[in-house]
Amino acid sequence: MTNVPADLFYTADHEWVRQPEGSVARVGVTEFATLALGDVTFLDLPSVGDGVEAGSQCGEIESTKSVSPLYAPVSGTVSAVNDAVLDVPELVNQDPFGQGWLFEVNPTTHGGLLDAEAYAALIAIEDHPG
Amino acid sequence: MLNELLLSPLDQAHRAAGAGLTDFGGWLLPLRFGSDLAEHHAVRQAAGLFDLSHMAQLTITGSGAGAGLNYALMGNHSAMPIGRASYSMILAPDGGIIDDLIVYRLGQDRFFIIANAGNRQAVVENLSQRLTGFAAEMTDQTLDRGLIAVQGPASPQVMAAAGLPEAADLGYYRAAEATLAGHKVILARTGYTGETGFEVSCERPAALELWDLLIRVGQPFGLVLAGLAARDSLRLEAAMPLYGHELDRDTTPAEGGQGAFLRSKEADFVGKAALARRPVTKHLVGLKGVGRRAARAGYPVFLDGQEVGQITSGMLSPTLGYLIALASLAGPEPAPGTALQVAIRGQMAEFTVTKLPFYSKEKI
Repeated sequence: MTNVPADLFYTADHEWVRQPEGSVARVGVTEFATLALGDVTFLDLPSVGDGVEAGSQCGEIESTKSVSPLYAPVSGTVSAVNDAVLDVPELVNQDPFGQGWLFEVNPTTHGGLLDAEAYAALIAIEDHPG
Repeated sequence: MLNELLLSPLDQAHRAAGAGLTDFGGWLLPLRFGSDLAEHHAVRQAAGLFDLSHMAQLTITGSGAGAGLNYALMGNHSAMPIGRASYSMILAPDGGIIDDLIVYRLGQDRFFIIANAGNRQAVVENLSQRLTGFAAEMTDQTLDRGLIAVQGPASPQVMAAAGLPEAADLGYYRAAEATLAGHKVILARTGYTGETGFEVSCERPAALELWDLLIRVGQPFGLVLAGLAARDSLRLEAAMPLYGHELDRDTTPAEGGQGAFLRSKEADFVGKAALARRPVTKHLVGLKGVGRRAARAGYPVFLDGQEVGQITSGMLSPTLGYLIALASLAGPEPAPGTALQVAIRGQMAEFTVTKLPFYSKEKI
């Protein structure tokens, strides 16, 4: 079973978001996603000041084997981007919920997010990659 | 869906090791055990252990086996000395590639073939048909055998520690029958990584014991379990073709970049007449690029603003640190240094034609 921190919220596309109703919502991808992707080699992230819309594609995550769209879990304006993961994409694999965060948003609204329990149930019925 | 997939004799070991499993050629196999990049680097620097039990394993026996294979496949198998292996292809009558495979000669009247899992049925059907009329019998042993590869610079030491010190003296593309931990095996110095390495074919019930043995004796030499993801990135750095990417039914051996290894021959073989009259309409070329966005299979390639073909395989090379790709391009073969553009999801990226392979280990 992969790690699903209880204090985060999740999308069915395997992004996580911390404090979606706070003033700054931090976004990343889940450990489950990193196991399915393999080693991340490139990230295309939105820039500070960009508007993102919940459920819409806002970037790309590329691994040794595949390219996947990155969806914004909340709507709002990007307030920070994690430069560390742009330089060292492996951080996403090594610490997906910590140093491997992707960007932060000043959120306005969010789509229907899943709590940790609902997300854990979702990935339990998907083909387990890890 | 998963119940229809064939299971390796090592399936339980892979699950116990926490492998991420995937469907490959109709088999459920490890895609990776941990980090595919770490597995890749371990094979370049020390050794990796691969489960290749999905690959088709066929034996061809009889006094007409050599002559029959000469007719059924490219290559001159009847002239090959015992203990040698050769890279070969089975062609359709129109010269297109049904599969690429390796033929091993184990005895005067005994050959062994390893072919791709996804093409097993086509290879078996076509071979048995083409061998009719020759004093030769083909047996598909795939489901009765296992296949394990030890690849990497430390692989001779690993094989020695496992009880086969003679492996180190086996030349490239040589094979021998041997006994490993009391089990009869076919030991071959072949691989798909561009490194020194060995492939061990055994009876299916022996596979688990040999797998565990190789892990135990290999770990002090840095051996790690490696999955199909690392196998793919290793073979691409070495510019080895993958059926379904560089090779297919619409591609001739020369168009698949294998013309230097596989020429026509005097004796008749299926596909010979077609190859003689069929013009070479495309070339397989190596590309390198900068940045980190890989040019992936299917992306269009442009020369002077004209679309000239597409990428067949591409990635950020773990060993070299830059982008590499193979591309199938129409028209005359572009010279190394030629600038090309690849459309990567709507954005044009600059690539340069480069000599193959991208990576080759230092000559010893």
